[in-house]
Amino acid sequence: MVVTTTISDSDEHLHSTFASRYARTSLPKFKIPLGSMPKDAAYQIVKDELMLDGNPRLNLASFVTTWMEPECDKLIMASINKNYVDMDVYPVTTELQNRCVNMIAHLFNAPVGESETAVGVGTIGSSEAIMLAGLAFKRKWQAKRKAQGKPTDKPNIVTGANVQVCWEKFARYFEVELNEVKLKEGYYVMDPAKAVEMVDENTICVAAILGSTLTGEFEDVKLLNELLSKKNKETGWDTPIHVDAASGGFIAPFLHPELEWDFSLPLVKSINVSGHKYGLVYAGVGWVVWRSKEDLPDELVFHINYLGSDQPTFTLNFSKGSSQIIAQYYQFIRLGFEGYKDIMESCMENAKLLKQGITKTGKFDILSKDIGVPLVAFSLKDSSRYTVFQISESLRRFGWIVPAYTMPPDAEHVAVLRVVIREDFSHSLAERLVFDIEKVIKEMEDLPPRVSLESDHFTLDHKADEQHLRKKPKNADEGKKEICSYWRRISGKKTSSVC
Amino acid sequence: MVLSKIVTRTDTPIDCTFASRYVQTAPPKYKMPENSIPKEAAYQIINDELMLDGNPRLNLASFVTTWMEPECDKLIMDSINKNYVDMDEYPVTTELQNRCVNMIANLFNAPLGDGDTAVGVGTVGSSEAIMLAGLAFKRKWQNKMKQLGKPCDKPNIVTGANVQVCWEKFARYFEVELKEVKLSEGYYVMDPEKAVEMVDENTICVAAILGSTLNGEFEDVKRLNDLLVEKNKETGWDTPIHVDAASGGFIAPFLYPELEWDFRLPLVKSINVSGHKYGLVYAGIGWVIWRNKEDLPEELIFHINYLGADQPTFTLNFSKGSSQIIAQYYQLIRLGFEGYRNIMENCQENALVLKAGLEKTGRFNIVSKDEGVPLVAFSLKDNSRHTEFEVSDMLRRSGWIVPAYTMPPNAQHVTVLRVVIREDFSRTLAERLVNDIEKVLVELDSFPSKITQKLIATEEEHHKAVVKKTAIEVQREVTNAWRKMIADRKKTNGVC
Repeated sequence: MVVTTTISDSDEHLHSTFASRYARTSLPKFKIPLGSMPKDAAYQIVKDELMLDGNPRLNLASFVTTWMEPECDKLIMASINKNYVDMDVYPVTTELQNRCVNMIAHLFNAPVGESETAVGVGTIGSSEAIMLAGLAFKRKWQAKRKAQGKPTDKPNIVTGANVQVCWEKFARYFEVELNEVKLKEGYYVMDPAKAVEMVDENTICVAAILGSTLTGEFEDVKLLNELLSKKNKETGWDTPIHVDAASGGFIAPFLHPELEWDFSLPLVKSINVSGHKYGLVYAGVGWVVWRSKEDLPDELVFHINYLGSDQPTFTLNFSKGSSQIIAQYYQFIRLGFEGYKDIMESCMENAKLLKQGITKTGKFDILSKDIGVPLVAFSLKDSSRYTVFQISESLRRFGWIVPAYTMPPDAEHVAVLRVVIREDFSHSLAERLVFDIEKVIKEMEDLPPRVSLESDHFTLDHKADEQHLRKKPKNADEGKKEICSYWRRISGKKTSSVC
Repeated sequence: MVLSKIVTRTDTPIDCTFASRYVQTAPPKYKMPENSIPKEAAYQIINDELMLDGNPRLNLASFVTTWMEPECDKLIMDSINKNYVDMDEYPVTTELQNRCVNMIANLFNAPLGDGDTAVGVGTVGSSEAIMLAGLAFKRKWQNKMKQLGKPCDKPNIVTGANVQVCWEKFARYFEVELKEVKLSEGYYVMDPEKAVEMVDENTICVAAILGSTLNGEFEDVKRLNDLLVEKNKETGWDTPIHVDAASGGFIAPFLYPELEWDFRLPLVKSINVSGHKYGLVYAGIGWVIWRNKEDLPEELIFHINYLGADQPTFTLNFSKGSSQIIAQYYQLIRLGFEGYRNIMENCQENALVLKAGLEKTGRFNIVSKDEGVPLVAFSLKDNSRHTEFEVSDMLRRSGWIVPAYTMPPNAQHVTVLRVVIREDFSRTLAERLVNDIEKVLVELDSFPSKITQKLIATEEEHHKAVVKKTAIEVQREVTNAWRKMIADRKKTNGVC
């Protein structure tokens, strides 16, 4: 007689997911669990934990795209298992990348002849793009100096203090000195005159930003070009310009086509742009385009040959997904010039609406300009009772993620809130945000001011009650400075590394 | 009376996609089109062009994962719009990355105390991981040399000639000299003795590969460690080891747990592994782990503070998608140790099936070893009439993508075909492949040889007496001629 027993590894089939033992024990954190678990349980567990992440579409801190059309989602999922670097195996995907590079090069008025192909590459983001551009400048400069018999050990790059953190990374990892032009209150971008002053014979390039992360302003690349041309004539150093158009590259050509900032200026040798910002693709694609072949030293390019044609590659990453590149091409042909223009105009409208609503509260100064990236940066007129950091925290209760930052040197006493208007930030959302900001302000006004803020202004007197009578009179600015530095200490927020 | 007119901008709702004007004209190639087109048309146009790409699952050239469970696909799609670098906004995703780093560090026996957190980071792939590891070594070495008052302008790194192209990139972009230990016929990995010989005071590290791209072999890291320890004692240079475990890192711990190659060896300071190879995640994720905090110079780390917690970051890329990190965590908890081991054992089995089938044809030499990455590298016993490149081309007609490569110096006369066994390469597919290879051989045998015709033509031209050549010499000539012919067509040893 055979005695049969039921194997009770039954969690897999009989119990519902949440009744299974997998949902009862805590998840393995630091060691790989010994046994497997059913895929439904794994899926549910991970999904549930991720519920506590912020909602990407309410993240008003980020420029990075958070919504694409369902057709594009289909294309993305279909190509998720294609390793982009296999040019041999996926020639069409490679061709789509080349088409995107050419389209972007033409958008930026690169001097490309009718039958020539543009020089450029798709990257993971503007960080990689900037590192590649910087590498090209560094190598060109080194070659030039060696030919002149001069030392090449101290290259530097001139930028504004408002640069995004990836420039600091480039400088630190590739051993280039970063010469920053300091900002000042009321002027939050790089001053072209000061920048050109700082240029010396070791400068590999001057980096201008089209669409500063902090206020969305476009730097005056034309003026920089003129001043630098003059200096180059005098010194013979031939210093080039790189334009970091991470945000602005997909805005200026559509909204301000008369603005001269791209390859139409002779000293601009390379431009980078983030496909995942106003290129309207999910996170993970950037582009860098060079003016011409001469601006990209051949020794940096690795040549991979397949089926008779030469495929030059110059990237830091090797294997990566193809989805975002295909998505970028989709957006280019789906939207076309008019589509992008419509979307950017829409963003600008919504930004204006938000700006009006915020100005109407009467409590804020607007720091962002009308020409630039569609965002609204605003600071409190009076920060003595509550600060922008508190407003930011309170808004979070409603679901909004609105970051508060202090400006980089020399304007550290200025703290701003910044709302980035993306394609999916509609008119109604803008109105709702204004409404919620008004609510928060009202709450703040009704609360007594936090006592701890006051105590910092005092010296070593212990009689707390008489303190506020002997308070040193401060003007608004000094008060602001102290408050901001106090807040920065206790909230430990990143002050100027923004995305 | 109002005269009404019908507006005929009709392609959008009425005509079916393939009847619309959008598919009649060529898609824009070099300039952005002026006008928009409906999303259905855009989708169809791109989908159709992409039909001519190879089928990822039949791409036997690549180690990179091409299939994941549908549940994981769901998680991936849900998080496709999360920018990973926003640690503030997505704290759980950041936590998942930290958990993965810790799990992998423990898998590699990193010397962590119970309360310690591992030092490591998620990257876009092993290229970025290797560049970060190399940067750390370079900076540590520079600091050491500056302290000793010695010049630090000529750093070098010692590896085998079988390294993947990303090491060459690292060397070229970060201005480090690459000293390669040449291979020899029959020995296709880095010889530990020769490597240690090449180490000098400017060597920032010695890089060993666990799972050589060309034939899947594991290098003898233990032996390298022992020899290097001795040399360090003599010279006082303290040269460390980096293990490039891009493929092998997720194989050795499951199939060969007793093999000592990881942090159990004292000189190993950092290890990189590709999550998108045998970590079983789609392309776009790698990991680099350091032994402990001292091995990662603080000056390279950028500190981003949020909500009171210090988040140190050290990556080359900034914004990127979160999907692959979440997918990696899913795989680690879904499969667990036993799941990974089962999958690797399966791959090993299927590799043996393929190997047995190839050996039975009697026409091939097997170049890969049994112990290593589950792949089969094989070369023709006699390639005087037809070469591996021709076999590769003909297999493509059946849909298989099987690459042919020549070995790096000094074994350039050896050409191999390589089939990588991934999780989704089942036994039936293995048997079918053997079948198709046999068919190809039969076909080739019936074709005249392109090579001997060329050689005969050359000899006749010169009217010279034919000098008797040894088999090796013939092989060399033949391979050289082929390599020249296809030099513009195939990459010879830049592999992934």
